[in-house]
Amino acid sequence: MDAPFIKTRLANGLTLLMKEIHTAPIISSWIWYRVGSRDEQPGRTGISHWVEHMQFKGTPQFPASVLDKAISREGGVWNAFTYLDWTAYFETLPADKIDLALRLEADRMVNSVYDQEEVASERTVVISEREGNENEPLFRLGEAVQKAAFRVHGYHHEIIGEKSDLQTITRDDLYNHYRMYYKPGNAVLAVAGDFDIRSMQQRIEELFGDLPGGQPPPHPDQMEPPPQGEQRLTLTGPGETTYLQVAYRAPAANQEDFFAFTILDSLLSGPSNLNMFGGGISNKTSRLYRRLVEGELAVSVHGSLQATIDPFLYDVTITVRPDKTPEAALAALDEEIQRLQEQTVAAEEIQRACKQARALFAYGSENITNQAFWLGYAEMFSTYDWFLNYISKLETITPAEVQRIAREYLYPGARVVGVYLPEKGGGAER
Amino acid sequence: MNSWRASASQSLPGPDDITRIVLANGIVVLCRANFSSQSVVISGYLDCGSLSDPDQKLGLADFTAQALMRGTERHTFQQIYDMLEEAGASLGFGASVHTTSFNGRSLAEDLPMLLGLLAETVQEPAFPPEQIERLRAQLLTGLAVRAQDTRDMASLTFDQLLYEGHPYSRPEDGFTETIQAITREDLIDFHRRNYGPRGMVIVIVGAVEPKRAVDLAAEALGAWQNPLQEKTPPLPPYKPPLQSVSRHVLIPGKSQADLVMGGPGPERRSADYMAASLGNNILGQFGMYGRIGDVVREQSGLAYYAYSSLNAGIGPGSWEVSAGVNPANLGKTIELIQQEIRRFVTEPVTPEELADSQANYIGRLPLMLESNAGMAGALLNLERYDLGLDYYRRYASLVREVTPEWVLEVAQRYLNPETLVVATAGPQEG
Repeated sequence: MDAPFIKTRLANGLTLLMKEIHTAPIISSWIWYRVGSRDEQPGRTGISHWVEHMQFKGTPQFPASVLDKAISREGGVWNAFTYLDWTAYFETLPADKIDLALRLEADRMVNSVYDQEEVASERTVVISEREGNENEPLFRLGEAVQKAAFRVHGYHHEIIGEKSDLQTITRDDLYNHYRMYYKPGNAVLAVAGDFDIRSMQQRIEELFGDLPGGQPPPHPDQMEPPPQGEQRLTLTGPGETTYLQVAYRAPAANQEDFFAFTILDSLLSGPSNLNMFGGGISNKTSRLYRRLVEGELAVSVHGSLQATIDPFLYDVTITVRPDKTPEAALAALDEEIQRLQEQTVAAEEIQRACKQARALFAYGSENITNQAFWLGYAEMFSTYDWFLNYISKLETITPAEVQRIAREYLYPGARVVGVYLPEKGGGAER
Repeated sequence: MNSWRASASQSLPGPDDITRIVLANGIVVLCRANFSSQSVVISGYLDCGSLSDPDQKLGLADFTAQALMRGTERHTFQQIYDMLEEAGASLGFGASVHTTSFNGRSLAEDLPMLLGLLAETVQEPAFPPEQIERLRAQLLTGLAVRAQDTRDMASLTFDQLLYEGHPYSRPEDGFTETIQAITREDLIDFHRRNYGPRGMVIVIVGAVEPKRAVDLAAEALGAWQNPLQEKTPPLPPYKPPLQSVSRHVLIPGKSQADLVMGGPGPERRSADYMAASLGNNILGQFGMYGRIGDVVREQSGLAYYAYSSLNAGIGPGSWEVSAGVNPANLGKTIELIQQEIRRFVTEPVTPEELADSQANYIGRLPLMLESNAGMAGALLNLERYDLGLDYYRRYASLVREVTPEWVLEVAQRYLNPETLVVATAGPQEG
């Protein structure tokens, strides 16, 4: 935590975070754009993710065939992610090669080509990605639950987008989306690793400082109204396995309630791992595992709390045992939630959740890529201080607050209950 | 603050900073310190795997491995996971064909607990009947999910075809009927006859001095003896298919089909390995999936993923290309991949392609060794394949000595476009 660190803003609006870490001769650079599926309009769902794909298709200076090989040739790794609230690109390279990544990102912030033929070929790639997702029952169930949970907010559709939209989005739609959101004032550049902060800042100013600032783009401000009662849905599809997903409205990451909710999540379903790189831990002593899996109603149970700009979902996903029903699993889940609402948890349980969070942070700080990830990630929904204060915030949570969270958020009227019922068949060989 | 700069060669492990000790009972302990984070990883294997499984009880080695944590003579399942999860730690076992491996992580302060649990679970598992049945239900659900997974089924079918008549044709996790046939006595018997210190390897990497790590390992496992430990069965000779063979698994209701195609590959210890590995990188890894990715994804837009992989282990390896495509494009994709394989075995790769991949291999090494888990995996490979403690220091020269002619020679030795194995799984009739 004592490593030299600077957060600043260039004249054109680009937010810059830098952290020196000299444990390995490696630097990781991340550029984050404040655009994700939440910004998408009906008819153009999936466009942020498709734009992310197109950003690998080249600029005049770095044509696709060059771009593709440049990072790998230098022994680097790179990738990109599109999420509800943001799109991020990273390169991790040997320290003496990082300039390539910085030049590349400065260039493709403004100069990507969006060639018509590349758009056509990428259309089928993105549709293929969606079809791969559709093969998974849990993707289909998650998509249906999310859609039911949000009526007006952009969180209502999957990041990959609707297939019908993927078939009709045009080259100009993609290009306009790119031009609207890819600009310094809407971006955060985060660099961590084996460098000297002053010379790194100087180089970044050289490369990014002259890019035109422009106005930060608007983001949707339409809030989802409070839930209007429980919704239930059933999906059928191939397979032999029944899944149950229960999704409650969760607090936004920047709300104080998020921290108490984090403790609740840890007790109820095991700690959610917010690291992008770095393993998680098991949840076999969580209340829901004990009740559902040890109680032989389910073969597995997982909870997921995500850090988002607006209130998203806390969902519990249960793989139901073949000899049991989703109704029985739901009844047991309800009893466990009721227990949290009626009885305060022991202080030791909170200490335990804090220790788990500390361990997860230690695992995440083993690699520089994940440390650079945190610099920018936290800025997307809050500030880097959110990350720095995370553990100490968790340590202030009291049993009474956990109880309040259980009462305020985990009530049936605020949830969607989704069931995936298998239609037997399949698996024949010829 | 910038006085020390790590150089790539300094950070690579070698004889002077890897501690390797053989305990009196034969257990090999490898350690390397890394104080950049407060975490520690343990990783290793026991000398037993599914090679010892009878056909009618296939999955026995894996079932046994997964049952170890379900309760010991001293602790119940919940007590074991209480110790682990209370510390934010994790530990897990799984079996492959030749070995039963384990992986764990914790904060450094909890390493004694982690090693204690490792020792207890491998030496004194109790196989509690109730827990065994619960685990069986989980394994059976896993197999039901596998039967519906186009990717898993294409891969499983590929192994069945490529290794017909050889133990490698059998999936380590078994089949529904073989998992149902395994009794608690089978688990007890498998453990008694196959688990022991001979051939066991433990790697410890992280925020602990190597001497202390060795002492802790010796304290935990140094006294273990098992006079009944059997030798692992010898691997029968392998005969690759003499003609092309293909098989399709019908899984109705899916959106995407998956394919795995290819042929045999070298063993890890083979002199062919490095040339094959670099060749594979050119064929289907480098940049965005190498030549295969370029043709199938970038040029044709047929797939979200299409890459090749070289699986080189103790016995005969495999060299395979995988892709997920729309069912209507399956035939076309197979043709494109065949063409690429034909080209790959007909003409040498270009010097530029090889130089790119060589630079990629050498440059990315520090990245692969950055996290404790990455380093532990690397040290484990040193031991498993007798590579020598100086292997990563010699690595760059081993990579550089590969020539385009050598890659061609190796490609021709293993990949024959006329005798390819093609396994597919998807919703369409084959």
